[in-house]
Amino acid sequence: MPFGPILAAMRRNKFGAILIAVQMAVTLAFIANSFALIEQRLLWSSRATGVDERNVFVIRGGSIATHEDLEARLKGDVAALRELPGVLDAYITNDYPLEGGGWSEGVLLNPDQKTSTASAAHYFGDEHALNSLGLKLIAGRDFTASEVTARPDNSPTEAKVYIVSKALADSLFPKGDALGKTVYVEDNAPTQIIGIVEQLQTPFFAATGQTVKYAENSFIEPVFPLSEFPRFVVRAQPGQLNSLMKRAEALLLQRDSDRILKTQSMEEVRAQAYRGNHGLVVLLVSVCTALLVVTGFGIIGLTSYWVTLRRQQIGIRRALGATRLNIVQYFQTENLLIAASGALAGVALAIMLNLWMVDHFEMVRMADSRALIGAFVLLLLGQAAVFWPALRAASIPPALATRGG
Amino acid sequence: MLGYYLKLALRSLRRNLVLTSLMILAIAVGISACMTTMTVFRAMSGDPIPEKSGQLFAVQIENWKPSNSKRNGDGLDEQLSYPDAHALMLAHAAKRQSAMYLTDLAVRYPDPKQKPTREMTRAVYADFFPMFDVPFEFGSFWSKQDDEAGTPVVVLAKELNDKLFGGKNSVGRTVQLSNQTYTVVGVLKHWSPIPHFYDLHVLPFGESDQMFVPFMNAINRHQTEDGSLSCNVEAGSGWEGKLRSECTWLQYWVELPTSADVQNYRRYLSNYAAEQRRTGRFSWPARTDVRDVRSWLVYNRIIPNEINILLFVSLGFLLVCLMNAMGLMLAKIMGRAPDIGVRRALGASRKAIFLQCLVETGVVGFAGGLLGLVLTAFGLLMARTLLTREFALLARLDLIDTVLTVGFAIVTTMLVGLYPTWRASFVQPAWQLKAQ
Repeated sequence: MPFGPILAAMRRNKFGAILIAVQMAVTLAFIANSFALIEQRLLWSSRATGVDERNVFVIRGGSIATHEDLEARLKGDVAALRELPGVLDAYITNDYPLEGGGWSEGVLLNPDQKTSTASAAHYFGDEHALNSLGLKLIAGRDFTASEVTARPDNSPTEAKVYIVSKALADSLFPKGDALGKTVYVEDNAPTQIIGIVEQLQTPFFAATGQTVKYAENSFIEPVFPLSEFPRFVVRAQPGQLNSLMKRAEALLLQRDSDRILKTQSMEEVRAQAYRGNHGLVVLLVSVCTALLVVTGFGIIGLTSYWVTLRRQQIGIRRALGATRLNIVQYFQTENLLIAASGALAGVALAIMLNLWMVDHFEMVRMADSRALIGAFVLLLLGQAAVFWPALRAASIPPALATRGG
Repeated sequence: MLGYYLKLALRSLRRNLVLTSLMILAIAVGISACMTTMTVFRAMSGDPIPEKSGQLFAVQIENWKPSNSKRNGDGLDEQLSYPDAHALMLAHAAKRQSAMYLTDLAVRYPDPKQKPTREMTRAVYADFFPMFDVPFEFGSFWSKQDDEAGTPVVVLAKELNDKLFGGKNSVGRTVQLSNQTYTVVGVLKHWSPIPHFYDLHVLPFGESDQMFVPFMNAINRHQTEDGSLSCNVEAGSGWEGKLRSECTWLQYWVELPTSADVQNYRRYLSNYAAEQRRTGRFSWPARTDVRDVRSWLVYNRIIPNEINILLFVSLGFLLVCLMNAMGLMLAKIMGRAPDIGVRRALGASRKAIFLQCLVETGVVGFAGGLLGLVLTAFGLLMARTLLTREFALLARLDLIDTVLTVGFAIVTTMLVGLYPTWRASFVQPAWQLKAQ
């Protein structure tokens, strides 16, 4: 296919060709970046918490009245929950993964440090915590009952031991020898790492740039929290979750009817935590689809117009022996040239746009291959869009040439 | 003349229905994507209290050692500690002032069948209400004596009064809040400033406080905060320990009507900080600051990245749609070159042709705007179901948005139509006639 005549014809239609090329470049830039963003958000929202999410649920709530015997009441509640048929284990915590907000602390390697070595979420839990959440202990041991102290809000720590997540262990001790080491948190009292769990996400949503860096940095202090607003974490035996959620709530209300409870499965907690994230993904996908459709129709419209303009010339070419296929090929090649130059500019624009967004919106750096995939998609789109006008052009009868338009 | 052009435009648009509807569709889709995000963005970046936003100031005091790494870049926290808030309230150096925090109280309903609920409760001083122009339906706020004594009185939001008393005037009636009896002194009209500027730590675009109780009442009954609490060192034991600590958990707002008042208050704050240094509480030259509502919203960067990204992407989308419409318009107008040639030959001036084509693009823009409006309404519906509940509250279309959408569509369409129109006015009559 000789490019000469195509280029010559294009020169007479400069503005339209440039318009299509620019439009494709801009479309490519936005689609490639949206794609990178969607990928990143899907990755964030599918990140595992380390919790056995299919079988764990949370009951939040508290009594309307305040009681003097808070510790006895809470211990009674959680013991009754553990007795309930279908319950694997239960404990009371201050926070749980994906809750939205929680406690974060700076962890130090020596008490005189000016800035902390790592930031981490601070969880409370007793010797039932690991089993109730379904966390996997990969080194060291679990808490023993004697290590656990009951601690009201705002009282100083007495902990001597912590269990940490592997991510925190690795960021504190990159050599992998965290077990048994001493760290300092809060009042800078020395505390020993006695266990490491494979994974435990922080209570903060992972979908913001700042928290993503320490999304899995967590430690558990052996504390039974004495709060008027306890959070019960219950792990059901497989398949029992739905019926158990109702029975557990009924049990707690039976023990003290004067309280307000809210029960949520971890799967519901996850859906709620990532709702905005999910919404962004759906909106971006719809905008990108609309962008491709609009660009496609734009190409169809302009090419149809060119076909109408060139009816006579096409007739002449046909009369001179060009086949229908030649005519179709002409328009396909013309579009390929325009789209290729648009795609080339688009790849450059996509990368520039990405760098700008990294600076302004805490966006991730896009892999350059995404721009190339985008370019390929647009070339295909161009070819598909131009096919119908090209067919119409090919159906122009050669006789048109002799009739003189 | 314009009426004639309008008739011509409609006729010409009808002649090539496919191109026309493609153009209208492109503009409508682009405009609606843009307006959907714009509507949400506008609501988020709006001024929640326009008549007074320049006179209301949030107060900041650097009560932690500057070397502490947890703070923002400027070392100032958005909230105050109890000792600072208490001292500032005592000094009463502004026209009006209120320390405040969010907590919750359990509400028992008169109907015993209805389960008790926990409701967002804000602990404030009486100045809160006149300072923020809070509108009352019934009654009024409590007295200065109630402020000092921490009397169990409550101001109900309209929504909670509807639930408790069926919307009737409940002033003087009592209500059980977490097992304590409170007397209703006032009921508000619907009041929900967006963004929720006076406390940005909890859902800046979400539901508002359901009731208000005297600050000292909440403090005396040890109501814990539902917002954020940051501590540099572990607070002392119990509630008293928290009140004595340097933990920050209180919002503090003052009303300063004139710039002289602002100057005076700034001076008062630096004196206060210097005094704290003299008494040994601060071992550093503590900075202080006041920011008015608008600067406060900017300072707290409340618009989430999601919305910024969506706005940016939809602007790009609009750009593509407009380029598209421009190409189609060019095709359409140049396809009519023979007609234009005839009109020119019959004596129409360039200006007349230009005007005629401009009217035609205007009609396309108007149609695109109308369709765009329908699509925007649909887009907002989608946003409401997809985004988190707090953003969903913002996804509403008002009259301004409607006018903006259609106007924006007409203006942008005519702008991109300028080039094709200009080309049309340069059609050579003789050349076109010869070609026939």
